[in-house]
Order: sequence, then C-alpha cells, then structure tokens
Amino acid sequence: METIFALATARGKAGVAVIRISGPSSWDAAAHLCGTLPAPRQAGLRVLRWHEEALDEAVVLCFEAGASFTGERVVELHIHGAVATVTAVLRALGESPELRMAEAGEFTRRALENERLDLAQVEGLSDLIEAETEAQRKQAMKVLSGAVGRIVDDWRAGLIRAAALLEATIDFADEDVPVDVTPEVMFELNRIETDLRRELARFSAAERIRDGFEVAIVGRPNAGKSTLLNALSGREAAIISEIAGTTRDVIEVRMDISGLAVTLLDTAGLRQTDDVVEAIGVDRAVERAKAADLRIFLLDREEIPLLSPEDDDLIVYGKSDIHSSDGLSVSGKTGDGLDVLVAEIGQKLLHRTQGAGVMTRERHRDAIQAASQALGFAKNEVMSDYDRPELAADYLRMAARSLESLVGRVDVENLLDEIFSSFCIGK
Amino acid sequence: MKHFDVIVVGGGHAGIEAAHAAARMGAQTALITLKADAIGVMSCNPAIGGLGKGHLVREIDAMDGVMGVAADMAGIQYRLLNRRKGPAVQGPRAQADRKLYKAASQQLTRNQKNLEVIEGEVADLTTENGRVSGVVLADSTRISAASVILTTGTFLNGVIHIGDQRQSGGRMGDKPSIKLAQRLASLDLRLGRLKTGTPPRLNGKTINWDILESQPGDDDPVVFSFLNKQPLVKQISCGITHTNEKTHDIIRENLNRSAMYGGHIDGVGPRYCPSIEDKVVRFADKTSHQVFLEPEGLDDNTVYPNGISTSLPLEIQEQYVRSMRGLENVEIMQPGYAIEYDYVDPRSLSAALELRNQPGLYLAGQINGTTGYEEAAAQGLVAGLNAALSSQRRAPIILSRTQSYIGVMIDDLITRGVTEPYRMFTSRAEFRLSLRADNADQRLTPIAIELGCASQERTQNYLRKENALSAGKAKMDAMVITPKEAVSHGFKVNQDGQRRSVFELLSYPDITFDLLAVAFPDLNEIDAPIAAQLSKDALYANYLERQSRDIAAMQRDEAWKIPADFQYLNLSGLSNELQQKLQTARPSTLGQAARVDGVTPAALALILAKLRQGRREKVA
Ligand SMILES: Cc1cc2nc3c(=O)[nH]c(=O)nc-3n(C[C@H](O)[C@H](O)[C@H](O)COP(=O)(O)OP(=O)(O)OC[C@H]3O[C@@H](n4cnc5c(N)ncnc54)[C@H](O)[C@@H]3O)c2cc1C
Repeated sequence: METIFALATARGKAGVAVIRISGPSSWDAAAHLCGTLPAPRQAGLRVLRWHEEALDEAVVLCFEAGASFTGERVVELHIHGAVATVTAVLRALGESPELRMAEAGEFTRRALENERLDLAQVEGLSDLIEAETEAQRKQAMKVLSGAVGRIVDDWRAGLIRAAALLEATIDFADEDVPVDVTPEVMFELNRIETDLRRELARFSAAERIRDGFEVAIVGRPNAGKSTLLNALSGREAAIISEIAGTTRDVIEVRMDISGLAVTLLDTAGLRQTDDVVEAIGVDRAVERAKAADLRIFLLDREEIPLLSPEDDDLIVYGKSDIHSSDGLSVSGKTGDGLDVLVAEIGQKLLHRTQGAGVMTRERHRDAIQAASQALGFAKNEVMSDYDRPELAADYLRMAARSLESLVGRVDVENLLDEIFSSFCIGK
Repeated sequence: MKHFDVIVVGGGHAGIEAAHAAARMGAQTALITLKADAIGVMSCNPAIGGLGKGHLVREIDAMDGVMGVAADMAGIQYRLLNRRKGPAVQGPRAQADRKLYKAASQQLTRNQKNLEVIEGEVADLTTENGRVSGVVLADSTRISAASVILTTGTFLNGVIHIGDQRQSGGRMGDKPSIKLAQRLASLDLRLGRLKTGTPPRLNGKTINWDILESQPGDDDPVVFSFLNKQPLVKQISCGITHTNEKTHDIIRENLNRSAMYGGHIDGVGPRYCPSIEDKVVRFADKTSHQVFLEPEGLDDNTVYPNGISTSLPLEIQEQYVRSMRGLENVEIMQPGYAIEYDYVDPRSLSAALELRNQPGLYLAGQINGTTGYEEAAAQGLVAGLNAALSSQRRAPIILSRTQSYIGVMIDDLITRGVTEPYRMFTSRAEFRLSLRADNADQRLTPIAIELGCASQERTQNYLRKENALSAGKAKMDAMVITPKEAVSHGFKVNQDGQRRSVFELLSYPDITFDLLAVAFPDLNEIDAPIAAQLSKDALYANYLERQSRDIAAMQRDEAWKIPADFQYLNLSGLSNELQQKLQTARPSTLGQAARVDGVTPAALALILAKLRQGRREKVA
C-alpha cells in the first residue's frame, strides 16, 4: 500500500493548516522532516526541516494503524497557514520517494476500505463528495479557459499525436502508414518536454509568494529614480545627488505591498556612456532589470526608453512637481501619485499570484514532473537502436496518465481517432 | 422434447467456439445453425490473426479452443507481423484456405464429444420463471436447455446493398433472421445498427500474375496453436497491385451510385476497414492505394482483393477493378457488397456475456457490435464456458483486463459500448507488455486446466513446457556474477558492484541467449524454444515490475463487486450525467465503474461508500 499525503484543511491563508500523511511509511517520512516523533496520540512541537532548511514549527500528531481516520498509520502536521509555508512543506513531502500526493477522495476511500467510517459518517459523505467534485469541476474549468487552457490543449494534442504515430506503426504495421515516424514523434516530445520544463519553472510564482517579488525602477540618469525609491520606502536608502550617474550599484529595499513581499531595485541610470565603471553599472542594471518580475519605467514625456518595456510593465512620468501632466505621474519630492503607483504595483503582482493559479498546486507540479520524466524515457526509447516502439508507447502512456488531472483522460479512442484521420487505414 | 445443457444458435466463428467450449466443459451441447455445411464459413477475408487479433487466437488456443487449431489446418501463408519489433507487439497472421478452414471446423466439430449439430432456423425463445429455457425452430420444433447462446452474426435484420439495389440477407446467399430479430426486439434491449462491407471476388485465372509484385510468407513461419510447430499444408504467395488515378476517377464519378454515398445506409461502418469509396473521398490527395490479392485456397481460383471493399453497382465494380495493373481482363465472380445489421448494445451484458435482464441468455460475436472472426470466436469461448458453468451451477469465469486481450475486449464492450464495429488492437491493452501472444499459454492454460476445459494432450503439453521454463529460469537465476566477471565475458554492464543473475543480463537489449551460452556453456542444456521464451520473458522483466503495481491496483478495484440492482439514480453527490452513464453501463465491479467515461475518484469513493453501507445493512 502506498503512502499518501495531502493538505487536509482548505487552501488559502489561514491561521493553521493541517497536512495529513497516511500509509505504512507515514511515520518514517514525518520523522525525516522533524527528527524524533512524539508518542502516538500526543501532540509534540517540532521544527520541520528539509535539506537543512527550517520550513516551519509545527504541532506533530501520530496515530497508530487501527486508531486513525484512515485506519492506517497516520501523521498530522499542524503548521502555520501561510500559503508559502504550506507549499514548502507539501513540496518537501512530494520529494520523498516513498510518498505521493493523494488523489481526490483517497483518504476517505482508505477509511472506507479499512472500515473506519460508521454509517452516519458514510451518509454524511455524499456532501463532502459533492463539494469535492464541484471543486474539481471548477478547477478543470479554470484550467481549460484562457491562456493556461491553450497550453494544456496543446500538450494534449501533442501527446495524442506522438502516441498515435507510435501506435500506428505498431497496430497498423501491415498497412500503408509511414515507417519512420521518429522525426515527428521527437518533435512533439521535445516540444511538450520544453513546455513542461518551462511550466515547472513557472511554479516559481508560488516561490515568489514565499521569497518575494522583484520590482526594478528603470530610467535614464537623473530621472528621479532614487527619489522615487526613497519616497516609496520612506527612508534614504539610495544616495541622491544632482549629478547624473551616482547610483552605480543596484540598491535594494524590501517592503510590503498589498501583503506581498516586494524588493524594490534602484538601478543605475540607463544611458550610453564612455566611463568604464559606469558602463559596468549600466550593464548590471539592465541585467537585473530584465530579470525582475516587474519594471517601473520612469520617463519624461515623449521620451523613448532605452530598454523596451514588457507587456505588464508600468510607465510613469516622473517629477510631476516640475511638469504638471495627466496620466500616471508621480513626484518623489511631494509624494504626489505615490499611493496610486503602490496600488498599481500591488494589483499587478497580486494578479500574477492568481495568474499562476491552478498550476501552482503541488499536485500539478508532481504531475508535470512525473510526466516530464516519462517523456525523457520515451525519447530515449524512440532514439534507441532497438526497434521498441512498445516501450516508448508505454512511457507515453505514463506521461499521459500523469497529466490526466490537467489535460483530461487520453484514451485509446483519442489515439485511434488521430490515426484514422491521418492515415488511410484498411487493406 | 429434446433437452440439452447448452444450446448455441449460429455456426459462425462465435458459435463454433461457444459450442466447443461448452462441450469441453462436459455440458451436453446443441449447435443449431441454418446450414450444417456452412459451419466454419469465412464470410469475408480468408485470413486469420494479425495485430491484436493474433493475440486473441493464441488466447483461444491456450484455453484449448478451436480457432488456432483450425487455422493451422488451413494456413497457406504465415506472416508474423512486427517481426522486427518487440515480442509484445508481434502478431501471428495467416492466409487461410477457405475450404480447408471450413473442413477443419466441421471435422473438429464432428469429433467433439458432447456436441450435436442440428440444422434449422431458430425463430423464438422459450422462458420459464423469467429464465430462458430453450428455443423454437421455424418448423415449430421445441428444444429445451439450461442456457442458450445467440451467435447470429450479421443475420439479424440483415440488409445487403449493391449500388442502389437492396435485398434482405444474412450474408451473400443466406437469408436473414427476421423472426429471431423480432423476438429480441420484444426483450426490451437497446438495439443499434452497424454496417460492414466486402470486396468483389476475382477469378484468379484472369489475373496477369506475371507482371505483379508478389508477397511470400515468412521463411520461418510462426503458427497459431501451441500444439503445432510448423505449417501443416503447402505454402503460397499473395500478389500486390495498386489503385491509380484512373481507378479513383471512376469511383469519384460514380459516388452517387454507391449505396453508402447514395444515402441508402444509416448504419455506422468501421473506420479501420473503409470502403474504397471512403478512401478516395477522405484521402483525396492520395493517388494510389495498395491492394493485396489473396488466393482463397490452394485449389481455388477465387481471389480476395484486400483493400477495395465497396457498395458500388456491379458494372462500376468491374470498371474500376479492371483499371488496375494486372487486373485488366479480370472477371468478377461475386460482387462486393455492404451489409447492414442489428446489434445489441453490449452494455446490457455481464462480463460472462449473459444478458443482465434475461438470465440464461448469452450473446457472442458480431451480434454484440464487434467485427472479425477472432473477436467473435473469443467471445464465443467466454459465453460457451459460462453457459456450461451456469448449467452446472458453478460460478462464472471472468477473464480480466490484467490477464488477457479477451478480458480487455469484453470489458471494453460491456463498460463502454460501441460506436462503430469493435475490433481488437494491441493499443487497447494497457498491460500490453505482459499480455503477449507468445505467453498466452502461460497466462491462460493453467486456468483452462483448473476449469476442466483442457484436453489431456493440451494439459500434458503445457505442463511439460512449464516445467522446462521454470527449470531454465531457476538455472539462470542461480548463476550470479559480479560486474567485473560480466565485463570479462564481454558484457557491458554498470560497474556498480551489483551482482546480477544471468537472467537479469538477458534483459539487456544487446545480450542474447546465444551470447550468454558462449560464456556459460551450462546454458546449452536449455532447449532452444525454451531459451527463446525465456529471452522474451526477460526482455520486459524490468517494465513488468512497474506494471504489476498498476495491475494490483486494478485488481483491488475489481474485487469490489457492485450488485446488479445497485441504484445510481438519486445517489446524492453524483452528477445527473454520471448517474445516467453508470445506470446504462451497469459496471459489475468498482474497477469497471472507474473506466466508465467521466467517472472521478470522488465518484468512486461515493459508490464504495454505498457498497459498504449495503453490506453492513445486510449483516445487521
Ligand atoms: C459482408 C461482410 C463483410 C465483413 N467484413 C469484415 C471486415 O471487413 N473485417 C472483419 O474483421 N470482419 C468482417 N466481416 C465480419 C466477420 O465475418 C464476422 O465478424 C464474423 O464472422 C462474425 O462471426 P459470428 O460468429 O458472430 O457470426 P457469423 O459468422 O455471421 O455467423 C452467424 C451464424 O449464425 C447462423 N444463424 C443466423 N441466424 C440464425 C437462426 N435464426 N437460426 C440458426 N442459425 C442462425 C448463420 O447461419 C451463421 O452460421 C464481414 C462479414 C460480412 C458478412
């Protein structure tokens, strides 16, 4: 029997969150995180550590087999409810080889199988399930609409295409189908794998919630960046002088915007320069600014910025105390427009934490990780010297199964549809 | 009135297999069919096996069935498909001499103990206390039985189409079954309509073989039955020709005269077996299609042109056939045609192939929405065994998806139903790596022996092989070497200090048994066929470990039986749509429920909860 885990309380900010681990390896896995376990049925305060890093301080509760909700050995970790904390602990558990994320309804199911629920509880269960299926439906809807939906549809189509090509060479070997499908299969697999990798990287949105966002202020020298930074942070962190080019190094100020941790970066003024030292500063500034999550371009009217703003970036017109202008304009000196700017930054960043939405779930991350691994194996088989499409197909099946929660079930009928619409089968 | 344990209606491939299986189980069995001398007729392509289908034939053979043995008595050209790919996806196939196949089926039927053939048309069914109790023939003869199996193929309300002409018929030259179809209609079953087609038959003497490419069989033929080692009759080659632009022009110009395109047919046809009209329309940019010219027998001039089934009028068939190379002067002996027929929604069946709301009545073969001899025969086997078991008041035998292609097919049919004629493919089997044609006997013959449907010869044969396999495996497991030793023999393995058995080495793609035998001469004591089988087993050993976990999970779900009267409707928590789907599919286990389209893990937990509740109430 596998050991499973999941967040037992609702997701989102809360005082306390409970993560439940159930199955034969649950105690060992928990001990791995918190050192010694308290005696069964006794609460113990422990620091949870993963790879030397302290994740949280938690109340740990162990239950013996036969005396738990599921009937199996269970550990409950009562941790702080912050999203970042929960995410970090779930991720640590996900990395333990003997554990896997529970499927919807799986705890209840184990409880049922081990005869741990009485009649009243069983009757009460239907409401719970209703909630669950409704949640699943909503989640699926969310995935399947908008930009995420398009990526996911694309994966699905690619998986079906690659698998269909392989299956066609297997099941229709005596028909008029292309013999060497390797190039197209590899093309699809590479494409999906790259996407999956990118998506894994995007899980950093969750990381951002924990580690904070970076917001860079960019503009030409003397545009008033430092003044703005100081005004925003309320302290004189950057050196302000009237000589253009003073801020050579990147200056960082951490602050709280709309409940999110934000690091504001004051970068060197962007301009062509002959001064070697300043040029280094400018390069570094450009690099940092590009890598930041969001950029605030501080411009004069009609100025064309040196670095081109990305879609979501903010453009503000500075020194509104000098030039009176409409639109988003601020003055570091008088404080005009600062509250609007802060609100604007907050909104953009908050939007990103939601935009990552469904894909930040650990369950999805696990799925994507497993799928990308299976795709790697599949690619090896496709490229191997031995003609073993059945093995490649088997790995693809694994990949598709892992991604089921995202792309929907990829059924043999989908493969057959693809095969029959692409090749003229039928001797 | 005559009484039998089991009556089988229909002498097609499903019927033969059903009757033999029941008789092997010791049930007194009657095979009632329209024409006794049509037993074993191949209605369409004179070939047996193929990908997925070859697996089915091997499984039937492993259960000591008829098809593999009869096919070997008639096999005139053997080809192992996917020979260069892995053994899991290799499918044995053979051209069969039509006459020899029929003769073999009839001879085996005559020799089968407990089996009586009765010629006649079954017109009605009799029931007693809600259970089917026998049949009534068209001449009013009544025959009673504990169980009845219907295997009437394409005969239920069959309609044959050639161009705009239509006539009723079960297949060319046979009457349809109208009365029986009416009787079934009264049973309140969900019926549907499907269609299939067949190409014109050509006179081989009028084909210019000399200018055509020929396709010989394999040099070392792989036969069907585990009882045979090599082909039993003379081997021949097939010819190959192609359609061309002119052929396609003729077809395009006459599309409106095709029964299918002229709008005369409503039934849904198989996409993997399209008519030439379909091919020309749907793949308009293809200027040529391959056509295999398959001789129907050693002393038979009839040729089956594989790839050009049609429902165009005869004169157009003649024109387009003659537009092909080598067929310029060909004569058509029998026109191609399409046939439409009734089928029963297989979701009304249990895994034993018994109708859920008509106990004692079993259905097998094309009547369940499948197509193909092998698919029909495999269902016949299951229905025959279960009808016999039921007449003996024994528990049914259910072959599972984790165990066999037969199980995959039946599970697909009864949980998902059909939207087009169902055919077996290897891709339908999720445990394809373990369900191989080469190990069908290892998977199923022990079951056959335990059930009591395997002959003495089959049992002895299998036990001998099984002993040799275990001895060989034990020998290879016991020879354990270090990575250093492996390298000293020229085998590339990781220098990780892990000791490996010689059997493990065999799982490496570039280490063959022969290479091992050079390094370890003791291995030469293992017979070549046994060594070959061990090599196949070893090849997938690493993958099988992973699959076995999935198999265990599926088996856990299969162990949860859902009673036939389980109420999905009004099960709070289940969406209306799921309630409907489950009510129609009526899965008999939790595992089957999981495979019903759209079912979520949460829905399964809910069903499980209700199952438990039911169980507790019974206890209380
Ligand atoms: C025109 C045509 C085209 C086909 N094309 C293909 C194809 O392209 N690919 C493919 O894989 N398969 C094809 N087949 C299908 C293949 O032939 C069948 O799937 C297979 O033979 C079905 O076997 P069965 O035992 O279910 O039924 P059948 O072989 O049809 O046997 C039915 C039997 O029932 C008997 N019978 C019927 N009614 C009664 C009654 N009332 N009383 C007593 N006996 C009765 C008949 O005499 C017959 O013996 C085709 C079949 C036909 C007719």
